[in-house]
Amino acid sequence: MKYRFCICLSLILLFNCNQTVKNDRSLTLIEKNDTQEKIELNIVDFNSFEPYLKRQDNQVYIINFWATWCAPCVKELPAFEKINSEFSNKNIKVILVSLDFPKQYESKLIPFIKENKLQSEIIVLNDTDSNTWIPKVSEEWSGAIPSTLIYSNTERKFYEKSFNYNELKIEVQQFLK
Amino acid sequence: MKLLKVGIVLLAILAFSAFTSLDNSGYKVGDIASDFNLENVNGEMVSLTNYSEAKGFIVIFTCNTCPYAIAYEDRIIALNNKYESKGFPVIAIMPNSTTASPGDNMEAMKARAKAKGFNFPYLIDKDQKVYPEYGASRTPHVYVLQKTKKGNQVKYIGAIDDNYQHPESVNQKYVENAVDALLEGKPIKEEHTRAIGCTIKV
Repeated sequence: MKYRFCICLSLILLFNCNQTVKNDRSLTLIEKNDTQEKIELNIVDFNSFEPYLKRQDNQVYIINFWATWCAPCVKELPAFEKINSEFSNKNIKVILVSLDFPKQYESKLIPFIKENKLQSEIIVLNDTDSNTWIPKVSEEWSGAIPSTLIYSNTERKFYEKSFNYNELKIEVQQFLK
Repeated sequence: MKLLKVGIVLLAILAFSAFTSLDNSGYKVGDIASDFNLENVNGEMVSLTNYSEAKGFIVIFTCNTCPYAIAYEDRIIALNNKYESKGFPVIAIMPNSTTASPGDNMEAMKARAKAKGFNFPYLIDKDQKVYPEYGASRTPHVYVLQKTKKGNQVKYIGAIDDNYQHPESVNQKYVENAVDALLEGKPIKEEHTRAIGCTIKV
């Protein structure tokens, strides 16, 4: 009986503990974002992400895999942003898939998105078993980033390389023909 | 008629080479890896032929600056601790251009090797000729080689394991499984795996 009481007590304590921790965190979040717009990351595992690779809605999708720690990725982001804004009326949509580490979402990724005022849709892919999901993005992909998938209803091309604006534009125009 | 045959053969070779250049060039499992002679952080030059006792090698393309490479440093040290004595030493090679990535220059490599206590050679691919031959595309990128009569045969290409974030949550230790299989004379279950990594800077 005494034993059961103990368990009960510790459960209550544990629960309370958790709650206060949670409350603390949300409080600091609100404080931090008081002055700036709040960014909610769309964090997904590969199963939830996979439909983004298979849409059949007459749009051209440019899916770019990047991370804030990847220098060549950061360098090419403006090209993708520019294409996204210039071609938005032509049924082209850029999706930036961040592969940042979870421990850096708050410290690096969110500040980076804010600082650079990224406009393209951002998805954060958090799935450690990359050997399983990399070939599902493309059989050609070794896993190095930056890399980009461009697809439409009928065409699909994968690029394990960096792009500048002109190169990307040429590729995108191939999909508009 | 003979001319036609030669023509066809030539065409076939051309077509084949066009395909292979499109594909990620470099070694496939089963190929014989060529030796190299690269500078180590201690100033010495290192070749695979220096290791007369070895049964094979765990060649890892890695660097100072890539977060994935950093996440695996302790596991690379552990690999050498476990397998050097069993005849499969780790040989780490830094493939990045130090102009593009100054944090990977020889001085920085020496500092990192000292700070982490690397117990294996940490070589620089100064002319960037070794990594393309292997076909390494990212850091970290592992090639397990086995000494055979023909030379050092590539037995495994890919990732160290299946969880870069949490060493304690790893399900598949790909490199260990491969080397264990070689030591036991069994076939390797997964000879080729993929992982996210940093591109090699040129």
